[in-house]
Amino acid sequence: MKLRNLTISWGLMVSAVVIALLFTSLVLVLAGAQPFRAYWDILVGSIGSITKISDVIRSWVPLVLVTSGLLIAFTAGLWNIGIEGQIALGAIFTTWALRSLETSTLPAGLIIMLAILAGAVGGALWASLVGLLRIYGGVNEIFGGLGMNFIATALTIFLIFGPWKRPGVASMSGTELFDRSLWLPQVPGYSISVWSIGLALAGLVLVFFLLRGTYFGLKLKAVGKNNKAAFVMGIPTSRYMLYAFLMCGVFAGLAGSIQVVGLYHRLIPSISSGYGFLGLLVAMLVNFQPILSAFVAFFFAALNIGAIQLPINLRLDSNLSGVLQGALVLFVLLMSGVRQKLMHNPKGGER
Amino acid sequence: MNVELKHIHKHFGPVHANDDISLTIPAGTIQGILGENGAGKSTLMKVLSGFNQADSGEIILDGKSIKITRPADAITFGIGMLHQDPLDFPPMKVIDNFIIGQPGGFFPNYKNVRAQFIEFQKQYGFNIDPDSYVDKLTVGERQQLEIIRLTFLGARVLILDEPTTGISALQKEKLFETLRILAKEGKTIIFVSHKLEDVNNLCHRVAVLRHGKMVGQVAPPFVMDDLVTLMFGEPITLGDRISSEYCDECLVIDRLCIEDARLVIKNVNLVIKRGEVIGLAGMEGSGQRHFLRTLSGLIRPVSGKIILNGKNLTGKTYQTFLKNGISYVPASRLEEGLISGLTLTEHFSLSEDQQGFFINQAHTTEVAASRIKEYSIKGIPENRVEMLSGGNQQRALLALLKTPLALILMEHPTRGLDIESTIYIWSKLKDRCQQGTSIIFMSADLDEVLRYSDKVVVFFNGRVSHPLDAKETSVDELGLLIGGKGWETIEEESKK
Repeated sequence: MKLRNLTISWGLMVSAVVIALLFTSLVLVLAGAQPFRAYWDILVGSIGSITKISDVIRSWVPLVLVTSGLLIAFTAGLWNIGIEGQIALGAIFTTWALRSLETSTLPAGLIIMLAILAGAVGGALWASLVGLLRIYGGVNEIFGGLGMNFIATALTIFLIFGPWKRPGVASMSGTELFDRSLWLPQVPGYSISVWSIGLALAGLVLVFFLLRGTYFGLKLKAVGKNNKAAFVMGIPTSRYMLYAFLMCGVFAGLAGSIQVVGLYHRLIPSISSGYGFLGLLVAMLVNFQPILSAFVAFFFAALNIGAIQLPINLRLDSNLSGVLQGALVLFVLLMSGVRQKLMHNPKGGER
Repeated sequence: MNVELKHIHKHFGPVHANDDISLTIPAGTIQGILGENGAGKSTLMKVLSGFNQADSGEIILDGKSIKITRPADAITFGIGMLHQDPLDFPPMKVIDNFIIGQPGGFFPNYKNVRAQFIEFQKQYGFNIDPDSYVDKLTVGERQQLEIIRLTFLGARVLILDEPTTGISALQKEKLFETLRILAKEGKTIIFVSHKLEDVNNLCHRVAVLRHGKMVGQVAPPFVMDDLVTLMFGEPITLGDRISSEYCDECLVIDRLCIEDARLVIKNVNLVIKRGEVIGLAGMEGSGQRHFLRTLSGLIRPVSGKIILNGKNLTGKTYQTFLKNGISYVPASRLEEGLISGLTLTEHFSLSEDQQGFFINQAHTTEVAASRIKEYSIKGIPENRVEMLSGGNQQRALLALLKTPLALILMEHPTRGLDIESTIYIWSKLKDRCQQGTSIIFMSADLDEVLRYSDKVVVFFNGRVSHPLDAKETSVDELGLLIGGKGWETIEEESKK
């Protein structure tokens, strides 16, 4: 019986991936491209060279951070759609800290650390607003988060074109570049930093242990699975929901912060680069397993980087990676629905 | 109508609720279906009335095999079912309820229907005002209304599921009389009950179910002990209340007022001694649940005081109530009591006092295993709670309660449980009482209320009686009060 269930589980997961690939191929054919050619390009474009791999890792870092945060929120049963805004606020706070401190006499390393810390605080603040709206205002976190995302975008644009505009010309390319000394130290020749990779891994490990072996994680899980019963059991559910929002916000803020200190070295309009939404997809796919999320995030990052080749080689839009990612999530979720129907006998009903 | 059930099987997940049940009932018979809670009686009746589909088996009416796919179809075949909770529309008039469910045009013919209603009433000796509102009727009267309605719709088979719960002795006699008349008219009556006495008084023959199987069919004269042995598989004696002398006051409720959109409960005064058991009787929604939830700290009272062991808890948070040793055990086990998706071990880790930041897995598994053993829960620590049966879930809820506790508040401690679990759960609760824990529980089962309580408090539509001595009151008196009768005398008594 157990073996049968295991076979069904794996069979369905594999078929989900296959169907997603078939679906994407169909889209490719409709767009007039050869699917295999496109997949090959993506493969070469993502892991074809050390430089490419380092690019993938560069985009893996924020994705893992965001996913780690979202796993906490998901555990508490919260759909933190507002993650995009929280990333942006992390970037804004980091930029603010760097701007305030760049003329100070503090050592550059300390400034960077303070700036990253500020980013974490910014993300947490933005998330706490969504959380308070949900807990005390009765505004569903999906709607609250969506609203806060728009405000965050507006705030970013306002800062870039207003108070923080480049001397002389305000432009969509963002604020003035920071001095090189305020960049996160990079591996020579590549656009990655050991520091940011370390941060992502640390986050992953933290979430792994938090959700697996602590009272805190168990309480979050209880709140997420059954808020009412958790409350009756004596867990202060509101407080734990707020904790979940705050921690998710911290991770989002860190991701935004890394985007500034590690990659763009300035604030740009779309600073979150969609990592928040992508993180939501990863978190949905991995079914609360932080370790698995590292691999899925790598795969998704590779798709994103690899797809950059598509417009150049095949005149396809690079958003194609999004089609594959979205299809993957849809079919995996669909298959887990199918699995539940296959494995569990119909339940319920009173005798 | 002759009713024949052949080889009915019905599964709910791993539970074989009906296991190869065959039964033939000739027209004009009052057939008793006897069995403990969870024996499969209700399932069988739901199969017959179209609420559930049998996995296999055949239903034959007057020699014709039929398939009932929807509850609404049952009545077209002439099968009418009176449910445990009457399926009527309380805020509407009697006559409107009567019209609902009738085939017919867009505009009901009130005049005609009213005449027929009165005609039917005469026939069965009922006396319900067609223009009164249903929520003003007693449970007995609502049953009468339902009987008329089903007969009017052409029911030739009437199924009654535990109809004597919550009605007075007088109404019960009336109901039995009516059923006898209906049987004489050639209708088939199926009377489902777990009460031996009722079956004995009324039925022409009895079929006994146990664990989903038909274990015997008996014709009068019924021998009680034989029926009991059939029902339980062994002769059984129920435990009694523990009558010890109580001294210390545990809980003082002082002029407590509770309000919500539907219900106002005013001025409740109650003193509960240590180790005492208080039963709350009343129809569902009469205010008992509000009362329990208020005492647990989940609802804030409008005014009044809740004093536990000399400490005023009024207005404090639920967590404070918990810390002071008040525990609330809700009726909906999987909605409010337990957390689906979490294992037994995880539940025990949550209910224990937290030690450190990390969970000591070995220790909590050990705790879980020992509790599972102590409360004879059929399951292992790794089982998720939704995989347990209802009885085992209830045991788990009890196992989760901390020790020591000052007060346990329970909703329907044994609803839907088999007799073994019922006896077990009450033995555990009595252990608690002996350790000085007081218990307040609500139950729809008046026998349970009378058997285990020291005092009974009756609720009717927000009205709260003074505590009645369980030894001096009776199911009949409680039945009347629950239905809203006899409150004047009660209230006068309490003034004295």
